[in-house]
Amino acid sequence: MSDPQPDRTATLDGVEPTAPPRRGASRLLAWLGLVPFAAYVVVFLALPTVLALASGLFDADGAFTLDNLGALGDPVILATFWSSTWLSLLTAVLGAVFGALVCYAMLGLSETGGIRTAVDAAAGVFAQFGGVMLAFAFIATIGLKGVVTQLLLGAGIDIFADGPWIYELPGLILPYVFFQIPLMVITFMPALSALKPQWAEANLTLGGTRSSFWLRIGFPVLAPSFLACTLLLFANAFSSYATAAALASQGSQIVPLQIRTALTSETVLGRENLAGALALGMIVVVGVVMWLYSLIQRRAARWQA
Amino acid sequence: MTTLLRTPRLGAGLAVVAAATLALTACAGDAPAAGDSKAATATSVADFGTFADLEAAAKKEGALNVIALPRDWANYGAVIDAFKAKYPEITVNESSPDISSAEEIQAAKTNEGLDTAPDVFDLGLTVALQNTDVFAPYKVQTWDDIPDALKESTGLFVGDYGGYMSIGYDSSKFPEPESLDDLLGSDYKASVAINGDPTQAGAAFAAVGLATVQSGGDLDDFQPGIDFFSELNKAGNMLKLDVTSATIASGETPVVFDWDYLNATHVADNKAWKVRVFPGTGYAGYYNQAVNKNAPHPAAARLWQEFLYSDEGQNLWLKGGARPARMEAMTAAGTIDADAAAALPAAPTTVVVPSEAQSTAAGTLLGEKWAAAVQ
Repeated sequence: MSDPQPDRTATLDGVEPTAPPRRGASRLLAWLGLVPFAAYVVVFLALPTVLALASGLFDADGAFTLDNLGALGDPVILATFWSSTWLSLLTAVLGAVFGALVCYAMLGLSETGGIRTAVDAAAGVFAQFGGVMLAFAFIATIGLKGVVTQLLLGAGIDIFADGPWIYELPGLILPYVFFQIPLMVITFMPALSALKPQWAEANLTLGGTRSSFWLRIGFPVLAPSFLACTLLLFANAFSSYATAAALASQGSQIVPLQIRTALTSETVLGRENLAGALALGMIVVVGVVMWLYSLIQRRAARWQA
Repeated sequence: MTTLLRTPRLGAGLAVVAAATLALTACAGDAPAAGDSKAATATSVADFGTFADLEAAAKKEGALNVIALPRDWANYGAVIDAFKAKYPEITVNESSPDISSAEEIQAAKTNEGLDTAPDVFDLGLTVALQNTDVFAPYKVQTWDDIPDALKESTGLFVGDYGGYMSIGYDSSKFPEPESLDDLLGSDYKASVAINGDPTQAGAAFAAVGLATVQSGGDLDDFQPGIDFFSELNKAGNMLKLDVTSATIASGETPVVFDWDYLNATHVADNKAWKVRVFPGTGYAGYYNQAVNKNAPHPAAARLWQEFLYSDEGQNLWLKGGARPARMEAMTAAGTIDADAAAALPAAPTTVVVPSEAQSTAAGTLLGEKWAAAVQ
């Protein structure tokens, strides 16, 4: 699972202070202040990326080759990338829609009230509840011998009438949505809270209706941050590994599982470097997502002043 | 073999990275002296002098690093404990019990020169054949008892224990399967699992091999086996969940393709668990022992080999339901544990083991076809 993302939506009360003109020395100090963060980015982001890319460009003997990158065009690998992409897209959209509805429902509650505090806290926990724990929770409840499954069977409902889908690709949708919705609540709530009551008042004063407020003001203002949050959810699902590893043991249907196979297989040998190429493919996809995110973020900034 | 718990593996990965970093920064003087050079190049007990000299050299080293030995796999827990009891002066460090054969070799390479490197390996044949440059040749005292087919002629790697591909099933819920095709029937709806993914794990690969020969195919082409599992999947009978002791105990995976000695251990998780080896052509597989040529404890590594191939070590594997390499010779000599031997499932009439070329071809085919076949 990815790390919790800091909320990127600008606050409304934080007005940019105008900086006094600086001299050389203090400017140098300012740059020095960037060093810890820059070092952190190099060690934990740039270096692993470069290493992964590099391993994809060499063969097992250390000679330069483009074969691994060529293998990305293999039908099985392409199918895997496609599975990963649609699964991430679907769970991101589901998570975004339901998460936004939860946020909307919470708007009516006082910000310091018990329910809202509880929902905020729960969202923080469940957004990070993934991997083996989450997989086991699903196996124990709606697995073939799960508590809920057995109860439903008692009521004459067989949720596995069409086969044990929980351990296949469709079975990943539910667990993924389970951690996507809370993540949406965390990231989207600040944007929704930033809708100014004055806008609603102005809308009413000028003879608008509730629906015209949402249509002309609410949705346009929220659209950029909604899409940005959706993209964040996409990246979150795209990079998830442990939940799928614990649930789906056959076929390595998503890219992170293909990377595991390439690195650890004891039956198909000598494909360690393919893992590098696969990682490169993932970095490209997430890079594109992040680029879209930044475009949208720039557009969103206009509304947040 | 895989487990539900991935965290140790992640930990192992981090440890490997950390160790690699250390290796980059360590001065040459920090590396442990690789025993005395005599132990590191010894190819048999004679190079030490007598067996007592080997024991003394191993005790002087005082430690042994083993890797990828799950305690419930072929009775390895008891094997390790017996070794500890026999040589209390030697600390046995067990690391990463659940990693794959390929990862054992990676661990040896990334930890090279550190005293955390594995001394000995327990490997699937494919990985052993590919990595002979990592091994030191060693012939145990009981070398002549081991069938030629199971050993590399110079002792680079030697078959240690093996078994037949089998079907384990919960006899309280299912009839005994008489043939592969029985598993396609509605009795086995959503119940048949393989221990792992054939493109990753040796046991799962062997399951496809068994399905191939049982469907009338031969090991040159695994396609009939892939077709069988594709049919099983279409029938809605295939479970794609990782098999662990927990899933057997909870009844989540009630019918499992696995080595007979691994299926046999599941009786502990489920009293009604039975093991079925089909008559006709069976599929056998042996794991292999090898000594790391850069072992930090070369004498202890060789003593461990001697222990594994002694009557005591071989009988312990047999107790775990595995067929040890010296089984025939020990049966002839009367040193075999007769009760444990009698408890093994009946052997199939003919037995096949894939050659290296067949394994490679099958691996390539599975890489192309498997994921799509079981979608």
